[in-house]
Amino acid sequence: MDPLDIARWQFGITTVYHFLMVPMTLGLGPVVAIMQTKWVRTGDVRWLRMTKFWGKIYLINFIMGVATGIVQEFQFGMAWSEYSRFVGDVFGAPLAMEALLAFFFESTFLGLWIFGWSRLPKRIHLATLWIAVAGSIVSAYFIIVANSWMQHPVGVELIDGRPVMTDVWAVLTNNTALAAYSHALCGAAGVAGGLLLGISWYHLWRRRQDGIDTVDARGRVVVGEARELPGRDHADHSVWIRSLRIGAAVAIIGFGGVAITGDIQGKLMFEQQPMKMAAAEAACENGTSFSVLTIGDLGAKDCDELTNLIEIPGLLSFLAHGDFDTQITGVNSLISEYQQKYGTHLPDKAIYGERAGEAIEYVPLMPVTYWGFRIMIGFGGLAAFAAVVALWLTRKGTVPRSKWIMRLAVLGILAPFGANAAGWVFTEMGRQPFVVAPNPDGVDGVFMFTAAAVSPGVSAGELLFSVITLTALYAVLLVVEVSILVRYIRGGVASAMPELAHAGGADDDGDGPDGPDDGAHPRTAKQDDGVLSFAY
Amino acid sequence: MDVLPTLWFVVIAVLWTGYLLLEGFDLGVGMHMLVSARGDKERRLMLNTIGPVWDGNEVWLLTAGGATFAAFPLWYASLFSGLYIPLVIVLVALIFRAVAIEYRGKHHSLRWGRAWDVALGLGSFVAAFGVGAMLAITTTGLPIDANGDRVGGAFTWLSWQAVVGGLAVVGFCLAHAAAFLGLKTEGEMSTRMRRFFRRATVPLLIPIVVWVVAVQLADGNPFSWGLVVVAAAGALVGVLGSRRGSDGIGFLGMAIFLVAGVAAIFTAVYPVVLPSSLDPADSLTVANASSGDYTLGVMTVVAAFGVPLVLASQGWTYWVFRRRLAVHHIPDAHPVVAAVRR
Repeated sequence: MDPLDIARWQFGITTVYHFLMVPMTLGLGPVVAIMQTKWVRTGDVRWLRMTKFWGKIYLINFIMGVATGIVQEFQFGMAWSEYSRFVGDVFGAPLAMEALLAFFFESTFLGLWIFGWSRLPKRIHLATLWIAVAGSIVSAYFIIVANSWMQHPVGVELIDGRPVMTDVWAVLTNNTALAAYSHALCGAAGVAGGLLLGISWYHLWRRRQDGIDTVDARGRVVVGEARELPGRDHADHSVWIRSLRIGAAVAIIGFGGVAITGDIQGKLMFEQQPMKMAAAEAACENGTSFSVLTIGDLGAKDCDELTNLIEIPGLLSFLAHGDFDTQITGVNSLISEYQQKYGTHLPDKAIYGERAGEAIEYVPLMPVTYWGFRIMIGFGGLAAFAAVVALWLTRKGTVPRSKWIMRLAVLGILAPFGANAAGWVFTEMGRQPFVVAPNPDGVDGVFMFTAAAVSPGVSAGELLFSVITLTALYAVLLVVEVSILVRYIRGGVASAMPELAHAGGADDDGDGPDGPDDGAHPRTAKQDDGVLSFAY
Repeated sequence: MDVLPTLWFVVIAVLWTGYLLLEGFDLGVGMHMLVSARGDKERRLMLNTIGPVWDGNEVWLLTAGGATFAAFPLWYASLFSGLYIPLVIVLVALIFRAVAIEYRGKHHSLRWGRAWDVALGLGSFVAAFGVGAMLAITTTGLPIDANGDRVGGAFTWLSWQAVVGGLAVVGFCLAHAAAFLGLKTEGEMSTRMRRFFRRATVPLLIPIVVWVVAVQLADGNPFSWGLVVVAAAGALVGVLGSRRGSDGIGFLGMAIFLVAGVAAIFTAVYPVVLPSSLDPADSLTVANASSGDYTLGVMTVVAAFGVPLVLASQGWTYWVFRRRLAVHHIPDAHPVVAAVRR
């Protein structure tokens, strides 16, 4: 097997996997922080319950993001040493900045938050969460800056055949990065919104199913109570209906933002990486039409076997330029443009290994770009639509009793994840055959073919060992994480607030308990002076 | 002398020192959970001494990696690709450890807890060993060619130096964590760990002393030898301080030992960052492996801004959670049950 292909599969698998956890952390963090802020401001115990429950879900997921993130930072050097040598002067800096200016604060202050419930004054404890959340959001920025430099290299000069950074400000304010960053944050909001909506729907449905909540003649909710079930009191209902509405709102705002930022990003990409966008459209010839459905062999090399079944004239021009008649250059014209600029064959250099002298395939895998682009938009649109429907269906304070709608709501959690993953696969695979795509207005020679980027000293066997090990481990951990999430979700608020489970009923003192070992806990020895406000 | 590359060599030395100093006791605590703890409550007690801080401590490793990439891309590329297999194993170990810390208490079952304890203990052991082997190889060299690529197959890194380095960090972590647990716990646990520290520290530190002295014999200079003396004095003060009943001095002694020991290694090997065992002309040095001055200048500003904030916030965390823990502080496990009427 070819080391290059294995290394690419490994990067793809580990990155898509890592990015299952990342948008959840990015999206859920601010939501939990706002919930806690509301609690600190109002003293309303329902906000505390929401903070505790969603905070628990946040943490169960957070650790997987941390654990899989280390792999990301290390594998540039491990599997892509030539890439690291070529780009290190400019690409390493945002990664180091991420660690120094963001990840340290994220991890340190999250530890303070988790263990600080009764050790810290309320407001300071709240501040620790905000700092941790800010850390994760800044962290995402630096990572996207690094990635965007691969999409659109700026701020460098070519010295001795390597890009050397000359303008860090240009790197940090790369328009590709700003567009991609806002796009990713909105996408993360979509993930968080879907999660809140789906899980809250389940609990409202559960309450109806268990006969706790009923509806009156006009369909309005009559909230009930089940003393024997931990946490299933009146306040519990508000926790879920509020969470559901927050979730729907966050999803709608998120996906609205995704559309706007995606449009900006798309327009940039038509200029910066025209081949990627042409391949996203399977647009072989120059034209103005957007393809709704194209059939034929998308993988065929000559691009001639494609038939556009349904297309909307003018729409592609509108997406790229904002008018209806600008001709968009198609794949076939772009191939010759690229060949003129960047050559027809890989140079005869050692760095290309066995691939030296091979013909360069400038068209990315079209089935991936074409369908990746559509899955991204499709899932995103679907989730936004579902959020609007959900708001309508729950306008009278609870959910319908239908089990099937509940299942759809829970299944809907997956759609934003799918949209995020498809978006990344599209933009990374669409950049091929380049690992660093050339900037049409940038410095000549600042680009790199993926074929040259892999570590020359690392054998296929080593790469196979790591890709199999990591994939197997990740698969097992996904099962573990999901099973723990399901357990805690089914437990409801009481799973994150043991005092609800053991104090035998509601806790409506308005002040709120501070952790598993506060005085109300009947089974523990007297927790002298709250040394531990939380314990593993 | 190249000022900025030298400064960044120092920064990376500081980052590795910070990592070993802080994560050293995290990894050691993970191992002690398997060897020194009696019963579930004691294991949980140990885990909770590092609970609020371990994740922040691990960031020192990521920062060391990221800073190496930014400041010395050629060092980063050659070292990480050359040590492909051991780094995969270290990554797997770190993943197991992180997930185990968070998930071991998430299911109310003894078997579940035990399984994650093994993942945590072994993960800590393997990570410590792997990091030690990697650092030792950084000082003794890899067979790299003129391009910086390893030649000779996937296991050429496997040498007696790598094994000594691995044992060195494992031994240090066990001793360091014993000092830490003596300081951070009270009651029987504290007494036991104190006894472990007094008795086992000297033998546990033998591999790290072998490594430090071997590096000094090969590349030492008067300054680095001076640091070796400081390190030895630190260990001595630590053990004697502990014998005289001060856990604080015990821990401080270990900290001095580590800081001076790592400094002795880095000052001895300077300016070489990764020796080539094939041809000294192919060795990577501070001068030929670094980024340009502009990048290093930018990173210097970032570090000057970030590092004090990091130190302050981590220092504050240790202050907030300064209290000693005992078994009776550990609450009973909280079983999570579905809120469903049957």
